Amino acid sequence: MTKTFEPLKSFFSEVGGISIFAGRFFREGFLPPYEFNELLRQSFEIGYRTLTLVGVTGFIMGLVITIQSHPSMEAFGTESWLPSVVSVSLVREIVPVITALICAGKIGSGIGAELGSMNVTEQIDAMEVSGTNPFKYLIVTRVIATTLMLPILVILADTISLYGAFIGVNMKQVISFNLYTNQIFEKLSFSDVLPSIIKSFFFGFGIAVIGCYKGYYTRNGTEGVGRAANSSVVVSTFVVFIIDLLAAQIADILHFT
Amino acid sequence: MNTTETREPVVIIQNLKKSFGDNHVLNDFNLNVYKGENVVVLGRSGTGKSVLIKCLVRLLDADEGEMKVFGMSITDLKHKELDDIRAKIGFLFQSSALYDSMTVRENLEFPLRRHKHKISKQEVDALIKTALENVALAGTEAMMPAELSGGMKKRIGIARMLILNPEVMLYDEPTTGLDPITGREINHLMLEVQRKFNTSSIIISHDMNCVRRTANRVVVLINGKCYAEGTYDELKNSNDKNIKQFFD
Repeated sequence: MTKTFEPLKSFFSEVGGISIFAGRFFREGFLPPYEFNELLRQSFEIGYRTLTLVGVTGFIMGLVITIQSHPSMEAFGTESWLPSVVSVSLVREIVPVITALICAGKIGSGIGAELGSMNVTEQIDAMEVSGTNPFKYLIVTRVIATTLMLPILVILADTISLYGAFIGVNMKQVISFNLYTNQIFEKLSFSDVLPSIIKSFFFGFGIAVIGCYKGYYTRNGTEGVGRAANSSVVVSTFVVFIIDLLAAQIADILHFT
Repeated sequence: MNTTETREPVVIIQNLKKSFGDNHVLNDFNLNVYKGENVVVLGRSGTGKSVLIKCLVRLLDADEGEMKVFGMSITDLKHKELDDIRAKIGFLFQSSALYDSMTVRENLEFPLRRHKHKISKQEVDALIKTALENVALAGTEAMMPAELSGGMKKRIGIARMLILNPEVMLYDEPTTGLDPITGREINHLMLEVQRKFNTSSIIISHDMNCVRRTANRVVVLINGKCYAEGTYDELKNSNDKNIKQFFD
């Protein structure tokens, strides 16, 4: 009987642990001293170093979605709607979620592995005896940096994906860039862009909190580091979908549809 | 032994208890460390030697007992006071614990910037230069920890301790994982630090070469208690089988 409930118990214990960890972020994150230099460094590491990957993926997404959508739209005789339909689905859903998943893989695992390795090699203890609050220096900076950088990466990926979609549209028909952008902005409204940007902040926050939690509490040496990196990706991927589901419901309630 | 007892201890540990679940690693442990002496805590692996010094800097919270450093009770200190005391205590971690993402210079600069907020770049440069010269590693400022050998990492770890001029040094297995020659160099460096800066040290070790070379006094930790203490030679000549096992 006890064994049956073991996974459930471990699930709730994990959720509880992450919630307490996130609560600690809000308690400590807004109190001085502030680690501005480390925040800038982390923003550079997290934002700049993910730029190429997110950009290339955004371009491919735009291109592929357009190529895949073309036959169906052609069948319904709505081929001319292709730019507007593709741009709305890219900006509202596909780009934010795919970008968040890429970041869960790259940033989440990176944070989990880095903090995990710092933990098992006593670097976090060394930081504490050096008069530094490791939670503020390592966790708060990474969480804020990821929360701020993810929406920027999403905006960038949105833009590049629309260029990809333009090439995709032009593979089957000829359409000028001006006409293409006119068609996009005719259909794409503020209520499409705003929810996707807002949910990106939450994606960033979720990915960073989970990566930091897994890394900060790594145990069992190098084996634990690998496990921390791996479970950071698994859990934050799951959390991205949960946030997306909640965001869709909230947007619906607030008539952002 | 009498000479030490007339001096005021800089570190006092009384009835220290620390458990992890049912595992009582420290059980009424007592120790006094006097100014300018090196005390080696000798014990088998997993007997709580590292736990002892981690409790002393509050990296771990003791369950019971009193720990005083420079007359101040460590357990009662608020965050700011604890940081001030920590600045007077150098801690060399078993793995050296150099920050992987920072250069040697940044590793040395880190505690300086944290404890001395109004320090000029010239002063930082001078302190880093002196700290590296003290460990015979001048010119390594731009190197990353991954480029250093195990012995060099230990030396940089010691330089990082020395940069704040601590009065108490805590060494957690300083020679573990080093070849005998490098181990001897680290022992020599620890003695040099003691002589030059008149520091008091607690050295955690089960390397008998390290114990022999560095200890003014040896404390044997068995079953969470201070089982015996004396000089290296006194303990070496003991007939107690629990003590003899370390020297055989």
